[in-house]
Amino acid sequence: MDEENEKNYETVRIPVTLYKKINERIKGTGFTSVSSYVTYVLREIIAEDEEEEEKFSEEDEERVKERLRALGYLE
Amino acid sequence: MIAPHGGKLVERLDFSDRAREEAMELPRLSITLDEARDLGNIAHGVFSPLEGYMAREDFEDVLEEGRLANDLPWTIPIVKDVDEKDVEMLLREDEVSLFYGDMPIATLKVEEIYPYDRKEYAQRVFGTTSIEHPGVANLMNKKEHLVGGKITLVNDAPTDFPQYKLWPKETRVLFKEKGWKSVVGFQTRNAPHIGHEYVQKTALTFVDGLFINPLIGKKKRGDFKDEVIIAAYETLFKHYYPKNSATLGILETEMRYAGPREAIFHAIMRKNFGCTHFIVGRDHAGVGNFYGPYEAQEIFYDYPDLGITPLFFRSFFYCKKCGTVVNEKICPHGPEYHVNFSGTKIREMLIKGEKPPEIMMRPEVAEVILQFENPFVE
Repeated sequence: MDEENEKNYETVRIPVTLYKKINERIKGTGFTSVSSYVTYVLREIIAEDEEEEEKFSEEDEERVKERLRALGYLE
Repeated sequence: MIAPHGGKLVERLDFSDRAREEAMELPRLSITLDEARDLGNIAHGVFSPLEGYMAREDFEDVLEEGRLANDLPWTIPIVKDVDEKDVEMLLREDEVSLFYGDMPIATLKVEEIYPYDRKEYAQRVFGTTSIEHPGVANLMNKKEHLVGGKITLVNDAPTDFPQYKLWPKETRVLFKEKGWKSVVGFQTRNAPHIGHEYVQKTALTFVDGLFINPLIGKKKRGDFKDEVIIAAYETLFKHYYPKNSATLGILETEMRYAGPREAIFHAIMRKNFGCTHFIVGRDHAGVGNFYGPYEAQEIFYDYPDLGITPLFFRSFFYCKKCGTVVNEKICPHGPEYHVNFSGTKIREMLIKGEKPPEIMMRPEVAEVILQFENPFVE
């Protein structure tokens, strides 16, 4: 990792046994390091927690439906 | 319903008379039609979670990491270029208006003005600095500084296709009303041939709804004109698509031809429209030989947190031995039996006024295209 890029990274400690296991697991895969594997897995998990969107208000939704009807998208 | 990118659909609109009058009074920056349309894309949530033009931190992280400063996947800079004269004015002002011709489109709160390296931008986003690449050529004509800040839309940009112009809020309500829990988005800049139809219908087999979302805006020479794409799809829908599980709506933004990075960008926009799945074919958003045929699929493995499921397709072709449309995964026969849906070949036939054979293009679609004096961008 070059110096320029280093500002975007932090060090996290994980057990040595886990590190070794991951190191074995990534052999022959597209992952180039334990860090890239751990980052991938964590991002996947974090994304699952992405907030559910707040619902549109009834008034808003009715206005949208009216436009969709006018355009022929809804009957 | 799938959450928008970043968890919240952005809405930065103020169409009140007061907002429009105030916009008329502010110092002005001129914008192009494509920029005016992208302001709409920001304000109506197509580019959620962006709320304006990127400030330096986001811009640099997008170039270096393919992510926003908050780590959210984002691969294409959304920026406004300005020249020295504009910079002088922007340094004095907190807020300016963005004008398309005589029409104020949005106001911009000036947050940051910064220089950038166009070659680095080109290399990171397009993977090349060659000006043979249309995206790079376009970039090299940009001005030398960028301005970042939140925008508020005061007028929608004009459109030639109001009947097909849908914003994410509208598609989300539409999908819900149709009862579609899973929706696959299809990006296109082409009039459809049989290969496109097979990809779309194969994907539709596994989900509730299909959202065909042609990209309308600046394209390169030789691409189909926007009105031709729309007319061709109208015909295809009329004759060959089920009304209860497929719909058509446009997306107005320019093609960047950034291949893999643009594929991610295209997927994010469709996620914001409410799609749960996104079709990625061969050489998606590519141009010439700048990208490998499946590079735009491989990049998705770097984004486990994208939040929309990509559906990867190999090219479809007609096999004379199978007697139907197939792809290399399901056809055991050699290339001597295959008829490829070559865009170049189809274009050549259409330019000569010839109808491509029915195994390549629906006759109704070909007829509609041939009604245009010149169906291609000059």
